[in-house]
Amino acid sequence: MAPELGHIALILALCVALLQSVLPLAGAQMRDPALMATAKPAAYAQFFLVALAFGCLIYSFVVSDFTVENVVRNSHSAKPLLYKVSGSWGNHEGSMVLWALILALFGAAVAAFGRNLPPGLKARTLSIQAMIGVAFLAFIVFTSNPFERVFPPPPDGQDLNPLLQDPGLAFHPPLLYLGYVGFSIVFAFAMAALIEGRVDAAWARWVRPWTLAAWSALTGGIALGSWWAYYELGWGGWWFWDPVENASFMPWLVGAALLHSAIVAEKRDALKTWTILLAILAFALSLVGTFLVRSGILTSVHAFAVDPKRGVFILAILIIAVGGSLALYAWRAPMLKAGGLFQPISREGGLVLNNLLLGTATATVFIGTLYPLFLEAIGGAKVSVGPPFFNATFVPLMVPLLIAVSFGPMLGWKRAELGAVFQRLWVALALSLGVILLTLAFDKGRQILAALAMGLAAWLIFGALVEWAERVKLFRAPLATVWSRAVNLPRAAWGMTIAHAGLGLMVLGITGSTAWQTEVIRLVRNGDAFDVAGYSFVFKGTQSQEGPNFIATRAVFEVYKNERLYAVMTPEKRLFPAAGSTTTEASIRTNLLADLYATIGDPEGAGQPGASGPPAFLTMAGQDVAWTARIYHNPLVPWVWLGALVMMVGAGVSLTDRRHRVGAPQRLPHAAMPTAAE
Amino acid sequence: MKLPKARAAKRRRMAVLLLAMIGLGTAAALTLTAFDDHLVFFRTPTDVATHQAPVDRQMRIGGLVEEGSLERVTGSTEVRFRVTDLEHAVPVVYRGVLPDLFREGQGVVANGKLASDGVFTASEVLARHDENYMPPEVAEALKRSGRWQHTEPPGAKN
Repeated sequence: MAPELGHIALILALCVALLQSVLPLAGAQMRDPALMATAKPAAYAQFFLVALAFGCLIYSFVVSDFTVENVVRNSHSAKPLLYKVSGSWGNHEGSMVLWALILALFGAAVAAFGRNLPPGLKARTLSIQAMIGVAFLAFIVFTSNPFERVFPPPPDGQDLNPLLQDPGLAFHPPLLYLGYVGFSIVFAFAMAALIEGRVDAAWARWVRPWTLAAWSALTGGIALGSWWAYYELGWGGWWFWDPVENASFMPWLVGAALLHSAIVAEKRDALKTWTILLAILAFALSLVGTFLVRSGILTSVHAFAVDPKRGVFILAILIIAVGGSLALYAWRAPMLKAGGLFQPISREGGLVLNNLLLGTATATVFIGTLYPLFLEAIGGAKVSVGPPFFNATFVPLMVPLLIAVSFGPMLGWKRAELGAVFQRLWVALALSLGVILLTLAFDKGRQILAALAMGLAAWLIFGALVEWAERVKLFRAPLATVWSRAVNLPRAAWGMTIAHAGLGLMVLGITGSTAWQTEVIRLVRNGDAFDVAGYSFVFKGTQSQEGPNFIATRAVFEVYKNERLYAVMTPEKRLFPAAGSTTTEASIRTNLLADLYATIGDPEGAGQPGASGPPAFLTMAGQDVAWTARIYHNPLVPWVWLGALVMMVGAGVSLTDRRHRVGAPQRLPHAAMPTAAE
Repeated sequence: MKLPKARAAKRRRMAVLLLAMIGLGTAAALTLTAFDDHLVFFRTPTDVATHQAPVDRQMRIGGLVEEGSLERVTGSTEVRFRVTDLEHAVPVVYRGVLPDLFREGQGVVANGKLASDGVFTASEVLARHDENYMPPEVAEALKRSGRWQHTEPPGAKN
């Protein structure tokens, strides 16, 4: 019953979205308030229907309804409840429903919270949002029905890919989609503004909180994915410049640029057409990411033919959305009036530099990700572009950006003096130089670049703190004054300080784990002792272990530091019989300054891990044989994710700024307000 | 008032344009040089066996792990196996932990360098990470050697 209900709800949602994409827009063009007012109930109805469908899908997974094909392919009755629930979005069809749900959620949120939006802008925005909804709901209904039935139903399911049975990955897609899909509403706002032919400070202020929310969620989603890759894949790394990672990273970069250019649009009424373009690009890159991941094109250009309907459908959505929006942009953007003037050395100038560097960095990632696909599509050689390419292009572009981050907020609007800013930043500069020298001393001068990168991280953190200290007059005014200034400091300013410091923490983590990682791969026998980065490891053998839907072999390492037991590490190798696959469970011990990371491989003489019979790592558990072990010492690595978390908190604090909530921004009277009807 | 404002606007636009050009120019230069150094070409076992693959250059080979070819060198973490496209096979040496889904008779992709004696030293070995997934390189190698059969559809699950 639930699957049919869900299916009907999806079809009804598609109908509602169709109405919502036409009526309010027509109402806005004809200035008919009654038609415009249909947007709100339609947005609510669409959200309710998609939520109902999603609920039905989760229900089918929770009760293990094996008459539904999707449940059969991605679930198992013995699977823990959390993974039954997360299994509903751990597959193509279900994750598309989640996509549509978040799309509708943002539409409903604008309908609910956009009380101070002018009715025309609101109606047009919700119509555009519904058009995207129509595209994706049609995609689900016509090519990816998650409620397809099977007959006869099999006795049990095939289980979810064991790599995905993990708490980190259970919540990775929802967060990632909140970010990806969140840019859709910013896109809808940009389209509505282009149709209206006006972008002003008020528009920029309305758009900013949505951008912040989407970008913050995307930060969390990417960080969670990277953390998962770190502990679940067992390679000790956390970022591989894999096309799927890049697909989510590109909208993040453009989203960061958009956050900053929207400030200029809001405060100085400048960079308006550029801000609109970024809003289009952020969502366009989200769509590109969706296309890359789902069309099968990443598997191979040839694999495209496996399910041509799906790939072609998403490609069509992509072409219509990007082509249509860019055409509208080309037609309407020249009509937008240019705003305030500024000198190259100014706050605006700094933000332009931020945008240029972020934009260029996005372009290099884009080229590195799509060039192999492009080359293969035109029948050229089969190539791959790995981390060395991105390290050689992306990293050099980030260095000037990171240096500029601490200068930017110190510069005045319109015009500023670099010399004066230098004087105010000398504390941060001195502290960063100190960090460089300290690092060189500790490292005995072996890695000069790494020491400079540590200095850069310190520059970001101290630069953010110095800027904050200046705002609250720390050390310059009585404590009571400082306190009241800190309390009254706009939340947006707090958010910026926190986010920039978070970026510094992240650079710290990236530098530490890249420059000073220790890797030891060796054979271990019972009782073997060996050293890794100052820790003594003793191998205490292996034992069998049993989980709810897997069987495992667990290795035990005792780790000693200064003759004292520091940790017992127990990496595992697991076999999931239902899915027929094996995973490696790393054992990680962190003290926030560094991670110890242990994995276990196959036993010696495993010879043929043949397809038949239980694998050697299970049959030889507990026996006195040599095992391959891989141990890492990853200095500072937790700060990669903690830094991302701090950045998220910064964006969240900025989101609570008063001016996003109260004091409806007033639009200046506009002499000639062009409409599309003219 | 009209004229100086327009001129200032023009100057500002020029400055922004100049900055953008410098930025894009730098990126283009970085990208081109990086492409030259870091583009990793894919080779099939047949390419290697017929000496069409360059020696001592980073490359990527793919195919099936030949049945019965896997051996672990006693007393070390070194493993040896052969990668085949069912026409020719390449001996591969790798030190480290093989991926979980590494199996004889299954698809594998190796990154590394070819020595002049024809042995491929892998720095990274990738197997499929999903039951339904065949690495594109493997499918490609089998297609080129004419041994491609639709026994295992290369469809990604997700």
